[in-house]
Amino acid sequence: MDKGIEIRWHGRGGQGAKTAALLLADVCFKTGAYVQGFPEYGPERMGAPITAFNRISPDEIRVHSNIYYPDLVVVVDETLLRSVDVTAGLKDDGAIIINTEKDPSAIRPMLKEFKGRVYTLDARDISVKALGKYFPNTPMLSAVVAVTGIMEWPVFIKEMRASYEHKFAKKPEVIDGNMKALELTYETLKEQL
Amino acid sequence: MSIKDRMSGNEAVAYAIKQIDPDVMPAFPITPSTEIPQLVSNYIANGQMNTEFIPVESEHSSMSATIGAEAAGARSLTATSSCGLALMWEELLVAASNRMPCVLALVNRTLSGPININCDHSDSMGARDTGWIQIYAENNQEAYDNMLQAFPIAEDEHVHLPVMICQDGFITSHAVQNIILNEDKDVCEFVGEYNPGEFLLNKGNPVAFGPYALSCYSMEAKKAQEKAMEDSKAVIAKVAKDYRERFGRGFTFFEEYRTSDADHIMIIMGSAAGTAKQAVDDLRNQGKKVGVLKLRVFRPFPGQEIANVLQNCKSVAIMDRTESYNGHGGPLSSEVRAALFESKTYPEVVCYTYGLAGRDFTVEDVYEIFEELENVSSNNNISIIQHRYINLRTKEDR
Amino acid sequence: MRTDISRINEHTPYEELTEGLMMFAGGTSKSFKTGEWRTNTPIFHSEKCKQCLLCAPVCPDGCIPVKDSKRSDFDYDHCKGCGICVKACPFNAIEMVPGVEPVINS
Repeated sequence: MDKGIEIRWHGRGGQGAKTAALLLADVCFKTGAYVQGFPEYGPERMGAPITAFNRISPDEIRVHSNIYYPDLVVVVDETLLRSVDVTAGLKDDGAIIINTEKDPSAIRPMLKEFKGRVYTLDARDISVKALGKYFPNTPMLSAVVAVTGIMEWPVFIKEMRASYEHKFAKKPEVIDGNMKALELTYETLKEQL
Repeated sequence: MSIKDRMSGNEAVAYAIKQIDPDVMPAFPITPSTEIPQLVSNYIANGQMNTEFIPVESEHSSMSATIGAEAAGARSLTATSSCGLALMWEELLVAASNRMPCVLALVNRTLSGPININCDHSDSMGARDTGWIQIYAENNQEAYDNMLQAFPIAEDEHVHLPVMICQDGFITSHAVQNIILNEDKDVCEFVGEYNPGEFLLNKGNPVAFGPYALSCYSMEAKKAQEKAMEDSKAVIAKVAKDYRERFGRGFTFFEEYRTSDADHIMIIMGSAAGTAKQAVDDLRNQGKKVGVLKLRVFRPFPGQEIANVLQNCKSVAIMDRTESYNGHGGPLSSEVRAALFESKTYPEVVCYTYGLAGRDFTVEDVYEIFEELENVSSNNNISIIQHRYINLRTKEDR
Repeated sequence: MRTDISRINEHTPYEELTEGLMMFAGGTSKSFKTGEWRTNTPIFHSEKCKQCLLCAPVCPDGCIPVKDSKRSDFDYDHCKGCGICVKACPFNAIEMVPGVEPVINS
């Protein structure tokens, strides 16, 4: 990573977009990067559109504003495409990852004039297969790492396992499910990379 | 040895409180400072601290209990935000006038109305004349470092005043960033044991705090309090120096960022100072001679010291994150201009109001302000709007 | 830091006041003689008193000393002459007289 990356997350209250942003900051921190992970706070309501942000950089991060010209946008809920201008300010050489069962070619017409890379991921399918429940943030988090190459994939896997083993010390059965979700995401996205 | 970690500003302050391990913490939850008492309660429940936590029914009570515990001889602190600070108002003055060396972790949030949970400085700035020492942080690291310096300042025999440690609500309190933590034993050594001189639970040495005072005593008592605030400057400087020598971080009253040869200087407090420093680096790369003075200590106000920094510059932008309704800027503007006048230093000055109730403040905003400063100082004929809002929608924009 | 507060008065300069006006003593109200504020004075008629002790707790200034379950004469150094004790006594054992002195002028 020779220069920093700025990421904007779009999700709905309760889907874990903020948690995913904080987790990304966490795992990048472990590789020695400077990190920033923060949500934009408004009225906290389940289902309301929310935004969260990440700055990941080899240099100290001092800027405390929101991110208006992201390198990457992550859309945790496809329905947001109708109500939120998700590609606003997104750099032309940037990328967008969308949680949907549709192909990138089907999504692109919904993204205005955005010329950059479009990735799609059926996080619901992956989450249900791996965890038996719908938690989109684990697949979306691993999609960010896969798409940006922000860290080596094996390093990511190692750090995530350590983090889950710490977090779910009392529920070890959850660890394997989450690890499976990470791997499934990579397998699914591989052909788009 | 120091520990590299990542934490939000609230986590950092709670961690500092864990390391200080004060005797008593009464608190009442309010957004965005709620996590501080919540995390401290967890530490206590997990047996990692010995602090007596008092869940109270309001902030009026949390500050009252903090004062009571402090008077009894216990090292005490609390945390709050916005309306919580407003509800403490009477007690803030009581704490200061009774010379209680207690501490308040404030997470800055706007005061109504309109009702809003986001950051500006209207809560702490409203409390600027309550007699508390006020120290502001740019990020989680400074919130942590400032918290560890609070008791050594407050408890110094030349001070004995309460200290408010402020950080920006959500912007730093809820943002996870890298941080360097100190070892527990180093913190213990730095903060030291609390040995109150006079306290209520001191058998055989009766004392009464806060007696009624007739007019023939009150004014003298206030003057003595003001003198302690003046004297606290030397103590704040000494504690900052000790901290810097031991842990390698921190500033005294303010950070001077590329100001020494700057023609145009922005004075700013809190998280926006980081954004301003980034913008200064960008503009310096374009050959512009600009700098930032990031104010850390607002009370006592280092007026003479600020005027010294501004002596040779052409223009100054004073940035207030609150409105004072005086027609010419916020509290920082008033204080800085008074200091400039007193020291007979007269650069061009423009006062800006920014970031009210969480309105975002960006690197581009800083570019724009410096461009305006340049115009002001290079063109004598230009009419200067000396009090302007940043990022405000107006009819003229249409 | 202890200061002899008996040396502090309304002529004391601000530098010599105690910090936060702390008082380094207890029970200082004893030395403040409020008895001279009195314009009427209660007289205790011990021969009429049944020692029911209804008077002692109603005195706002604690000027009816009680020892071994028996009251004795008034503390005239502090009694302000409010007369509440007179109203409380069912046996007319307390009589209010005009003036600051506890004397019955016949």
